[in-house]
Amino acid sequence: MNITLRVWRQKGRDDKGRMASYELTDVSPDMSFLEMLDVLNEKLTLENEDPVAFDHDCREGICGACGVVIDGEAHGPETTTTCQLHMRSFNDGDTITVEPWRATAFPVVKDLVVDRGSFDRIIQAGGYISAPTGTAPDAHANPIPKPDADRAFDAATCIGCGACVAACPNASGMLFTAAKVTHLGMLPQGQPERDARVVKMINQHDEEDFGGCTNIGECAAVCPKGIPLDTISQLNRDLLGSLGRGNG
Amino acid sequence: MSENDLYIEGAPVRDEKAPEGPINERWDKRRFSAKLVNPANRRKLSVIIVGTGLAGASAAATLGEAGYNVTSFCYQDSPRRAHSIAAQGGINAAKNYRNDGDSIHRLFYDTVKGGDFRSRESNVYRLAQTSVEIIDQCVAQGVPFAREYGGLLDNRSFGGVQVSRTFYARGQTGQQLLIGAYQALERQIAAGTVTMNTRHEMLEVIVVDGKARGIIARDMVTGEIETHFADAVVLATGGYGNVFFLSTNAMGCNVTASWRAHRKGALFANPCYTQIHPTCIPVSGDYQSKLTLMSESLRNDGRIWVPKEMGDDRDPRQIPEEERDYYLERIYPAFGNLVPRDIASRAAKNVCDEGRGVGPGGLGVYLDFADAIKRMGRSAVEAKYGNLFDMYQRITGENPYEVPMRIYPAVHYTMGGLWVDYDLQSTIPGLFVTGEANFSDHGANRLGASALMQGLADGYFVLPNTINDYLADGPFERLDESHPDAVAAKEQVTSRIDKLLSIQGSRTVDSFHKELGQIMWEYCGMERSEEGLTKAIGRIRELRAEFWRDVKVLGTNDELNQALEKAGRVADFLELGELMCIDALHRRESCGGHFRAESQTEDGEALRHDDEFAYVAAWEFGGEDSKPVLHKEALEYEYVEMKQRSYK
Repeated sequence: MNITLRVWRQKGRDDKGRMASYELTDVSPDMSFLEMLDVLNEKLTLENEDPVAFDHDCREGICGACGVVIDGEAHGPETTTTCQLHMRSFNDGDTITVEPWRATAFPVVKDLVVDRGSFDRIIQAGGYISAPTGTAPDAHANPIPKPDADRAFDAATCIGCGACVAACPNASGMLFTAAKVTHLGMLPQGQPERDARVVKMINQHDEEDFGGCTNIGECAAVCPKGIPLDTISQLNRDLLGSLGRGNG
Repeated sequence: MSENDLYIEGAPVRDEKAPEGPINERWDKRRFSAKLVNPANRRKLSVIIVGTGLAGASAAATLGEAGYNVTSFCYQDSPRRAHSIAAQGGINAAKNYRNDGDSIHRLFYDTVKGGDFRSRESNVYRLAQTSVEIIDQCVAQGVPFAREYGGLLDNRSFGGVQVSRTFYARGQTGQQLLIGAYQALERQIAAGTVTMNTRHEMLEVIVVDGKARGIIARDMVTGEIETHFADAVVLATGGYGNVFFLSTNAMGCNVTASWRAHRKGALFANPCYTQIHPTCIPVSGDYQSKLTLMSESLRNDGRIWVPKEMGDDRDPRQIPEEERDYYLERIYPAFGNLVPRDIASRAAKNVCDEGRGVGPGGLGVYLDFADAIKRMGRSAVEAKYGNLFDMYQRITGENPYEVPMRIYPAVHYTMGGLWVDYDLQSTIPGLFVTGEANFSDHGANRLGASALMQGLADGYFVLPNTINDYLADGPFERLDESHPDAVAAKEQVTSRIDKLLSIQGSRTVDSFHKELGQIMWEYCGMERSEEGLTKAIGRIRELRAEFWRDVKVLGTNDELNQALEKAGRVADFLELGELMCIDALHRRESCGGHFRAESQTEDGEALRHDDEFAYVAAWEFGGEDSKPVLHKEALEYEYVEMKQRSYK
């Protein structure tokens, strides 16, 4: 396959940035999208042009490091992570546009690399269960009904890639926040901090300049892990309950 | 080039910290004899922890909770992305929840045997003891392990054992355990006990008066070279499988932190012990950047086979039962498809070498779920392995519910690593090493679902009960950046970076890395021989010289420069690769993941030589262009009888 790439180039946080065009020939349909970028970078290096910076690590769809907007869609045309997208999803002769996540809460570091530290700070605000090492009772002390365990698990599969934010017209981080609230809130171990957790996490979310949620649903549509949209309803229910009980 | 030209033998080395006495009392004894630090004094003691995988994040969280002043580093943009996250299958623990004869002693026994009698009894016993607490701790943090309808935890069995002791979270066990440790870490960051430095890479260790006192790290966004001091340094920096270029490791996994410590005096143990995982998706082309593992748990229900006839390229579904060779079931009737990883991998290589491999280049074997789907129904298979099947389909474009998967072995884990004593302290006082980065618990081969167990055992329970013995003598003298040892370490880092940027040669970093990987895979992979290893050493030396003459790294140090990051890592791999080959060459026996062509039984099984090689090979850096020095640590077995493994 031969393709034309239009890639966002930005030297650093304060650079204005621009789109640049590159031609690639002999692209194999079995290549992953990131392997295609590797090939581009090898070519650019030999032509004395700076390679394109992009985040990636495990290349198995689980670490959440990679993520770019491809032809206007977070992670591109398939519902998966960018590393698990393959060139067989494109056609010979295609022009493919590649941009970084765009959100105030995710400033661009360089080219396609953004700073997602805001997600870590939302977790710091309350996305945990306080169980210092050594304090745990036996693992079977607390049976958990399978439906609750499964619902917690579905929410816990979030990889923190940030596609939900990139896809949201408001650049809201609500699906990410709701996934953690739901994961921990479904479990008996998570109950003692449940009321406080949701309020603290939402406050941090707002402080990081993520937008508000208006229930558009683009986030869940692009989520490579299929985090269900109803986690946001769960978050809202938890938040209302918590505020009603005098928290926040 | 004879072996004698390659290394020098030095004095033996010994673990001075493991207590004597009955094996089940040793860990208690050590915890009691270790000096304690008063809670009020802990704040005055500082610890640097490099790496935020299971071993690093759990240690940082736990030491932070204990009140120490912790500074943590990772090269990723968030501690949650460390490569522990990619572990799929599960974590072992001797809970005996299935009432199937499991016990701490059995987990200990299985691990020593699985490691082919090349690990320490004391360490492995402690690992088995601690395993029980790990599950409790993770459940308390909210790790959503798989459960049964009664609400209790589910288990499954794994390669190399006959009990069901593996706890799992669908095919994402590593992710869920790491997120648990990460959340505990973030809680401590919020509490102010841990300072986190993301996108930072450790490039040198600072040793003052023989003690590890800090690190030099590069801020990967600004390029600033920073000096950080502490009373102790912990390396939780993972394994070095990426020396093979293609492996199941994340792209960023590297040996730099360990290798820099090795060059400063830390012994490197058993570098040739690498694990080749039997169930990976085969290579599809030369652009391939990494290999993807399919969890070994698939071997519980999938059956592995190749056609009986060479060159049979029919659609696998058209090959009748009697023309298939279920070779693992045939050769190893007792364990069948669940033999340990090293055995399953080599068997796959053997049938492919015979010309019976399937798929592109004949480098693959079938992993077939047709019988499982018939027996359990498609929905049960989907519930158990759905995400793995989806992943396979995404990568290969084939539907494994209908066509058998194709798998081939790939480099997955490195059992070797920095030498540590029972306290997890390296030969540099104050430098501790946890998780895959150390060599301690798996011997020559790691059993499935034991890496997560070891990482968390080290970080949650072992290190926090041993590092206090060292820290109790602190705080040590306050240092500032003008200290000559710190200045020298920083100078080493900057001059190396300047050198890499100034060569401006004609070959990319990746092209060197790929070439090194091919050499390592061919000569230091699943089968090693004297002739091949000798050739490999020569070629690595040539390649290293060429690298320093002709590598091309664009850009500057003062920016995010991914080629520069890679160049530094590949430079270290080019040194490590040689040591791995020397280690493999000197070990004239087959054991675990190390198979020497010259040392096999008549029917092609690995043949150990316990009389000569029942020791840990701990290598000392001999100096630039000088030979490494071999220090042997004798291994003694009091509780498990050494015998040739048999899974037949």
